[in-house]
Amino acid sequence: MSEDEFLRLPQQVTLEYRFAAGKYASHFFTTLKNEGRLLARRCPSGHVLLPPRPVCGLCNLETSEWVEVGPNASLGGFTVVYIPFTDPMTGEGRPVPYGFGLIRFDGCDTNVYHLIDETDPLKLRIGLPVEPVWRDQADRTGSFADIRHFKPIYT
Amino acid sequence: MARAVAAVATGQTDYAIRKDVGIPELIREAIDRCLDSRDLTLKDVDAFILGNMEMFEGINMVEHWLADAIGIGGKPLWKLNNGGTVGSSTAAAAYYLASAGFHNRILCVGFEKQSEGSPQSSITTVADPIWERSIMAGAIGNFAAMTSVYVNESGVTPEQAAKVAVKARRNACKNPHAQLKMPDITVEQVLESKMLAYPVRMLDFCPSSDGACAVLFSTEDDAKSLSPNPAWVHAAVTAHDQQYMGDSPKRLAEMRSLIEARKRGYAYAGIEDPIRDIDVAEIYEPATYAELAMYECLAFCEKGGGGRHIDSGIPEMDGALPVNPSGGVLSANAVGATALARVAEAAMQVMGEAGEHQIPNVKTALATGYGGNAWTDLLVLRAEKP
Repeated sequence: MSEDEFLRLPQQVTLEYRFAAGKYASHFFTTLKNEGRLLARRCPSGHVLLPPRPVCGLCNLETSEWVEVGPNASLGGFTVVYIPFTDPMTGEGRPVPYGFGLIRFDGCDTNVYHLIDETDPLKLRIGLPVEPVWRDQADRTGSFADIRHFKPIYT
Repeated sequence: MARAVAAVATGQTDYAIRKDVGIPELIREAIDRCLDSRDLTLKDVDAFILGNMEMFEGINMVEHWLADAIGIGGKPLWKLNNGGTVGSSTAAAAYYLASAGFHNRILCVGFEKQSEGSPQSSITTVADPIWERSIMAGAIGNFAAMTSVYVNESGVTPEQAAKVAVKARRNACKNPHAQLKMPDITVEQVLESKMLAYPVRMLDFCPSSDGACAVLFSTEDDAKSLSPNPAWVHAAVTAHDQQYMGDSPKRLAEMRSLIEARKRGYAYAGIEDPIRDIDVAEIYEPATYAELAMYECLAFCEKGGGGRHIDSGIPEMDGALPVNPSGGVLSANAVGATALARVAEAAMQVMGEAGEHQIPNVKTALATGYGGNAWTDLLVLRAEKP
């Protein structure tokens, strides 16, 4: 058989999900939305963890209290993405290039992923201080997107 | 007492965009090549272990409708589904099941048909849906962010990473199954290729392939009767790590799962000096920078020395410890097959059946599987029976 005699049958599968955030993420995002404060979980060994969670992955102990971290942060890692990517939250392509980083909130022992408002990789470095740029209170939905992105603080 | 287990036969498809076969036909190619090489048929197999990334093809319970193609016929079948590691996990599981005496001849099959779906969107679903999925940007953006940390820690240069790309695509020319064969590739060409996500360029990253791999394991005297030179398993370990992508900022620079797997695997196999004690390695390197970081985590060189290690020529085909003479993942990546292909290639080297990319006189071979830093498998195969 020749190449064009082999058929390919297109099919689109659209699946919709509603993920339960659970008690830790629900508390975190509600506080984020209403008060603009960031709450992490601390374990008995003193590790401060974001995302908040029931068990510390560093020492396998159950976390025991909420502690406020940030809002200032620094870059634990970064990239600038040049290839188109579909945001699964919106189904829409994100314009390229865009910056994204491992965000280390002050007082926190882990990083979270978020967008960086900088597309020149030569202006980014590990340890660079960044600050969150919040959505207006009325536009907040109770998700990490309530922080629009992180803005580098150049000194 | 545990029984000795060996890989006794391997079979791989060509890794390519395969419009000419459906999934059952694709895996049959690998199974036929594996069994035909020892004049065996499906009737000679006692049990099967199957692995792939289900989201890539969008087919749930794939073992259900591949049953006839695999040749189950009422026999035991185990299905694994643990990401990039799945292929080497089928091999480790075969070792455990055969060693413990539950099954004798076990056929492992890994496959992926990445051209049929949306691999980058699918792979994004490995990220936590609440916290990380929206940002992760497929495998490449995630990988690039970790690479920035490794570069910062180790000082490796784009030129050193490019040397890994050159090594892989030149080695691939000797592997009939590889997808990216580039005999004339240069460091400059890699450095000029399209930037995907800083600092990772197109030629720093693996391709997206369709393909399947099959490896037959057996035990003790039966293994010796099936293969003139069985590749005996001396270690098959797996190690996992933390939950979220951002938990360990040094994920690539200090891959805890790989370091743990290395410590346990080397201890089982009595490996003290890897350069001296291992003759060839087939590792799951999804990108050039990852291979450099893995040299360090596997103790092929000192911490921070990944760049100097590629400069030294030690990982080249004619070096003291060749890494990925097959061309590796940088030259072919059908994810569900890829980690099993590392085991197959390591076994082929021990059995003296690697053809043009055979390293002379291999007594000990290392294979690893990689699942987004958090999961690692590590196997040590030897010509000598344990």
